[in-house]
Amino acid sequence: MTTKLLMAAFATTLMAGTAMATDIKIGVLNDRSGVYADLSGEGSVIAARMAVEDFNAADKGINVEIISADHQNKPDVASNIARQWYDQDGVDLIVDVPTSSAALAVSEVTREKDKVFINSGAGSTALTGAQCSPNTIHWTYDTYALAQGTGGAMVEQGNSDWFFITADYAFGHSLEEETSKVVEAAGGQVMGTARHPFPGTDFSSYLLQAQASGADVIGLANAGGDTVNAIKQAAEFGITQAGQNLAGLLIFITDVNALGLEAAQDLVLTESFYWDLNDETRAWSERFAEQNDGKMPTMVHAGVYSGVLHYLKAVEATEGKATSDLMSTMKEMPTDDPLLGEGRVREDGRKIHDMYLFQVKSPEESTGAWDYYELLATIPAEEAFRPLEEGGCELVAQQ
Amino acid sequence: MFELLGIPPQALFGQLLLGLINGSFYALLSLGLAVIFGLLNIINFAHGAQYMMGAFVAWMLLTYLGVNYWWSLLLVPLVVGATGIVLERLMISRLYHLDHLYGLLLTFGLALIIQGLFRNYYGVSGLPYSIPAELSGGTNLGFMFLPTYRGWVVVASLIVCFGTWFAIERTRLGAYLRAATENPSLVGAFGINVPRMITLTYGFGVALAALAGVLAAPIYSVNPNMGADLIIVVFAVVVIGGMGSILGAILTGFGLGIVEGLVKVFYPEASAVAVFVIMALVLLVKPAGLFGRTA
Repeated sequence: MTTKLLMAAFATTLMAGTAMATDIKIGVLNDRSGVYADLSGEGSVIAARMAVEDFNAADKGINVEIISADHQNKPDVASNIARQWYDQDGVDLIVDVPTSSAALAVSEVTREKDKVFINSGAGSTALTGAQCSPNTIHWTYDTYALAQGTGGAMVEQGNSDWFFITADYAFGHSLEEETSKVVEAAGGQVMGTARHPFPGTDFSSYLLQAQASGADVIGLANAGGDTVNAIKQAAEFGITQAGQNLAGLLIFITDVNALGLEAAQDLVLTESFYWDLNDETRAWSERFAEQNDGKMPTMVHAGVYSGVLHYLKAVEATEGKATSDLMSTMKEMPTDDPLLGEGRVREDGRKIHDMYLFQVKSPEESTGAWDYYELLATIPAEEAFRPLEEGGCELVAQQ
Repeated sequence: MFELLGIPPQALFGQLLLGLINGSFYALLSLGLAVIFGLLNIINFAHGAQYMMGAFVAWMLLTYLGVNYWWSLLLVPLVVGATGIVLERLMISRLYHLDHLYGLLLTFGLALIIQGLFRNYYGVSGLPYSIPAELSGGTNLGFMFLPTYRGWVVVASLIVCFGTWFAIERTRLGAYLRAATENPSLVGAFGINVPRMITLTYGFGVALAALAGVLAAPIYSVNPNMGADLIIVVFAVVVIGGMGSILGAILTGFGLGIVEGLVKVFYPEASAVAVFVIMALVLLVKPAGLFGRTA
């Protein structure tokens, strides 16, 4: 199951004997065959490899090896692999890990083994809240930022009455709850909720209930195939033509690609990265796509790149890989990379950066493959994420 | 205006109609399963994968060859049905003399392999497939907005279901088929090629699944797991209707769609289990299913 990729292991003759070589082993742990395989999967391995190349790790005397494995979105599988990697395979850093329950499990193992965990794929705010860890950085996004971005922006535009279609499990409930708070704080109200079994196929019944409620916005507090189905069917039932707005609370660009613009158009969503933001993201994404069957990167892929890059900078700065030094350096040193822009890592392990509110283009507006988003607003880093004192992280209370 | 259990009657009509639409898919899929089980005694666990193949082949025809939805309705069942015939000839036909369990395990394994192959090539997020222009839009019925496509699904499903029932229960060919399941050697003695008839029947059952897949492509997410999500419910439908009963599968399919639709209004959280609760109750009271013949 574990595929090994020997990376950048060749120091040049010039280098040999001069600088002290540091060996780093990075484990990319994510879903390689299930529902999140497209948004994380092999793409995250490619992104990690690109970070190592762009950092010129070999020239700086850092030998990096990248390995990867499939956690099947199961917490028990994830923690077993993490344990084996740390104990037997000499892994120093685990990255990615979508699925919140699996991410929390890996965070726990990492703390126990005193290594470093940079999460890009999971959404739960618990990673930097009640279950925060001195060894974990939550890199790319979280449910608070999604709720804040999409929820806040929609209410600001005058869409104050909400109806939620929610996946009936922990993730869906927390997304619904976070968004409800944002909506109510901004003066809006929640008109009703339909909680559907996970996974679901037919959403027309809930859409009809949402339509009957007269809400301005239908908030989709679900993910992956459920969201795709709900949006596809909303288009069919003419929900948006009738004046209601759809808000996807967790949508990745791979979902938009699966929907097609005909069905996805006008959807409002929040992400921390889009390939077509500026020249640098475009250049990087095109290099990425070449290695990924022409598919553009998701924000999770971008987060893996950004996280690995920051980690390597810390390795260079500390000239070693002592975990406590690395963690404090990563938190002191501001983050800056071409993909997620400028930001920093907070005491609670939350990496903050600007988030973006996008609207999906119509087929007429789109000029080609993967030209999907229009930028509506940039949410500044300090507003996008949950305030430090509200998370209940013990690392913050100490200070 | 009066209300029924807190729900305005108009909303209720809407939900009943939606239930009927979902029931169309249940009916089409369970019909294929019932035909295969009734005539071959094979529990075809690959049915969900074949439904998924139907949707994918429709997407491939459109994307690679520019074949539109209407031609797909005709071509996809033929293509996927042909793969079913190959499977039957190469593998399934070797298991007829064994217990049901072997057929179930074989087809289950095939389903996993087929899904794995599609996942490998096309990923898991799914592929876009639009509603054909002729069927987009909808009609306002007063109590709900009925998309034209959904109406089409109900009509198409009713025609196919009734046609199949008629062919099997009311025609000479159907009589041969039914006779061949009762006593293959006797029917063979009359000069009828029983193995070929069985092969074609399996192909037909698979073609029904593929047809359901084409019908589903524009409204459900086209992804490798789409059949796996649905097949368990469809099996419950077949069990409730009575294994192998054609009419039972059709009526139960539509009926359960409606029941599920109602549950979604009153208590959506329970909608996924409603079908299984009914299955358990039916099995307790009538173990052979509502329309099944007691052995």
